[in-house]
Amino acid sequence: MALKYELKQKEVWDGNMAAAHALRQAQVDVVAAYPITPSTPIVQNYAQFLADGYVDGEFVMVESEHSAMSACVGAAAAGGRVATATSSQGYALMVEVLYQASGMRLPIVMTVVNRALASPLNIHGDHSDLYLGRDAGWIHLIANNPQEAYDMTLCAFKIGEDERVRLPVTTNQDGFLVSHTAQVVKPLDDDTAYKFIGEYKPKYPMLDTKNPVTYGAQTEEEWHFEHKANQHKALMDSPAVIKEVFDEFEKVSGRKYNLVETYKLDDADVALVLMGSAYETAMLAVDKAREEGIKVGLLMPRVFRPFPYNEVAQKLKNVKAIAALDRSMPMGTTGALYNEVAGALAANGQSAIMTNYIYGLGGRDTTVEHILEVIRETEKNAKAGKRVTDLQGFINLRGPKLSFN
Amino acid sequence: MKKIGSLKEFACTPDRFQGGHRLCPGCAHSMIVREVVNATDDDLVISTATGCLEVCSAIYPYTSWDVSWIHVGFENAAATISGAEAMYKALSRKNKLYNEDRRVKFVAFGGDGGTYDIGFQSLSGAAERGHDFLYVCLDNENYANTGGQRSSATPLGAHTSTTPRGRVSYGKKQKKKDLTMIMAAHGCPYVATAIPSTKHWKDLATKAAKAISTVGPTFINALSPCTTEWKFKPEETTEIADLAVETCAFPLYEIEDGHKLKITYRPKVKLPIEDYLSRQGRFSHLFKPENKWIIEEWQKQVDEYWDYLQRREEAGV
Ligand SMILES: Cc1ncc(C[n+]2csc(CCOP(=O)(O)OP(=O)(O)O)c2C)c(N)n1
Ligand code: SF4
Ligand SMILES: [Mg+2]
Repeated sequence: MALKYELKQKEVWDGNMAAAHALRQAQVDVVAAYPITPSTPIVQNYAQFLADGYVDGEFVMVESEHSAMSACVGAAAAGGRVATATSSQGYALMVEVLYQASGMRLPIVMTVVNRALASPLNIHGDHSDLYLGRDAGWIHLIANNPQEAYDMTLCAFKIGEDERVRLPVTTNQDGFLVSHTAQVVKPLDDDTAYKFIGEYKPKYPMLDTKNPVTYGAQTEEEWHFEHKANQHKALMDSPAVIKEVFDEFEKVSGRKYNLVETYKLDDADVALVLMGSAYETAMLAVDKAREEGIKVGLLMPRVFRPFPYNEVAQKLKNVKAIAALDRSMPMGTTGALYNEVAGALAANGQSAIMTNYIYGLGGRDTTVEHILEVIRETEKNAKAGKRVTDLQGFINLRGPKLSFN
Repeated sequence: MKKIGSLKEFACTPDRFQGGHRLCPGCAHSMIVREVVNATDDDLVISTATGCLEVCSAIYPYTSWDVSWIHVGFENAAATISGAEAMYKALSRKNKLYNEDRRVKFVAFGGDGGTYDIGFQSLSGAAERGHDFLYVCLDNENYANTGGQRSSATPLGAHTSTTPRGRVSYGKKQKKKDLTMIMAAHGCPYVATAIPSTKHWKDLATKAAKAISTVGPTFINALSPCTTEWKFKPEETTEIADLAVETCAFPLYEIEDGHKLKITYRPKVKLPIEDYLSRQGRFSHLFKPENKWIIEEWQKQVDEYWDYLQRREEAGV
């Protein structure tokens, strides 16, 4: 039996420590992982928990992220709770196997610390890795600070392992800005956390050798489509379970999470849509803008996949102008968040004026002042009743002004 | 360790790898796999790399596998099985095993592409970590599933679809990588070579039984003559495999603890390499006068290697 960890009511943890404690409390059976900045401390912290007797599962330090995710798939199909952690290049190396994990409906939890993708090499935070895994069939949860990194990781197990879902889940926190920033975190005690997640409920475990199963079969044109459609349906239906889990989590923690989070949006004419640590910066900007008399609010999909498009549209029903902020270079089009929000509005017959901003690449600072400027520009659109600013702008980019229309 | 008795007894073991699969008639993969999975009475969890075996044995909604089986990708059969094995260890430590009364063994199958080439890192990693599993390479010396391209297991002079013979080419320019020795160098407690054969069926079955019952990472490199890409008649598969052994092109041996080498079959009269090469279409161009030197080179390499094996066995190193 693993030892209990005596936690204080308030701990000072960075996002990596928070995620590592959540993995420990989940009593994961197999963690297979490989180090990469900025998520390395998650596996190091976990290794220390193991060395000190706080973990009684297996910890497999593999020789690459490709093998990390492959071992996770083997372990999850064998029949038990499985988790890993990665960032950036490691995430990219895993991509092939991410699709295999979700295609086999294996509820693996991956704590991702978001980081830029090379080239040029950059170890700092942006959402390039998250966007790379967008269509891989995983549920993607967003955490904006260490507390949320902890909370989302606990929720991730309960969501992914639910009989009605059975899908892998990532939790995402910004490299350094969350992963290496120590803040006060209020953890659950070990027993409460484990009880909240619950015992792992096996489904078709390979290790039940009296009932052999075949995983990863070949399907060609006569079955592949049906399998993929089923998988998609599981994702599309998962919000019901996600909401349930968030509600239950509120009961044990007092902290309430939603598919879509908002800030001062109710009476807003102008809205910014963004995810990650910049959301908290934007909150400060909103407060300032409101002092200037701009009725502005924020929206963040807590769940990036499945994308809560109807909830997003519903919450943005009354705004006149929206700026979607993407922390990844869309390379040849508008940003993914912009596209998602535009699609959500179109699907619901709404026609707020939309613009797109790219920000924070490779850890580039995005300050309250920068966001305030975006709010002012967006308000111009709201007032004009049509788009008078650039379709796509770049926040805090050096050199001559860049924009696209 | 399962005792391998008579062929009749062995052949009557209930099949864990069943017929109805879509491997070519005369494919050696199925012969090797059947022998391996029947060489233990313990339960099995198997992972298989992408390749002929995988695409032919689990076509939804059918499966040939009467054991727990998983295919993930081309390059990760070893990593996958290492995860399953880790789960077994974790659940036994936590007293959460599904069937307390059953012992489970772990086996991975990969083709030479999935083993010598793209899956080599994953195999090396899993071996170094010391997982308790057997890895069997089904070595047909080419990427058969995708139309017979070269691999690092393809031998010198062989025609493949990416090393074609042509007006100015004699086929593959490099010799075969010595993967068995590389796996021995990992310090694996047991590695061996084997072939599918009527004459040597017991050699393979015994090696598989030994490997499966050995604790730690074990490796069997099984030559798997491929009727389609090597170009011989489907009914000649075991004959070709036997010729590989009788000419010492593919000697049968085993290595314990990374160094104790034992030759498990010694041909009475070592046949000339032509007897092996001439039976396969992939080498037919080597018999043109201008390519005579390649056959001589082949013979030289075979002789040197056979000599090397015998000296190592004698020296006990
Ligand atoms: C990452 C990746 N690259 C390439 C392929 C295409 N591919 C599938 S099987 C195969 C060759 C298999 O050769 P081998 O491992 O020798 O097995 P065989 O079919 O010869 O038994 C290739 C190239 C793939 N499936 N995945
Ligand atoms: S191509 Fe070769 S390896 Fe593949 S099924 Fe046919 S005989 Fe077997
Ligand atoms: Mg092959």
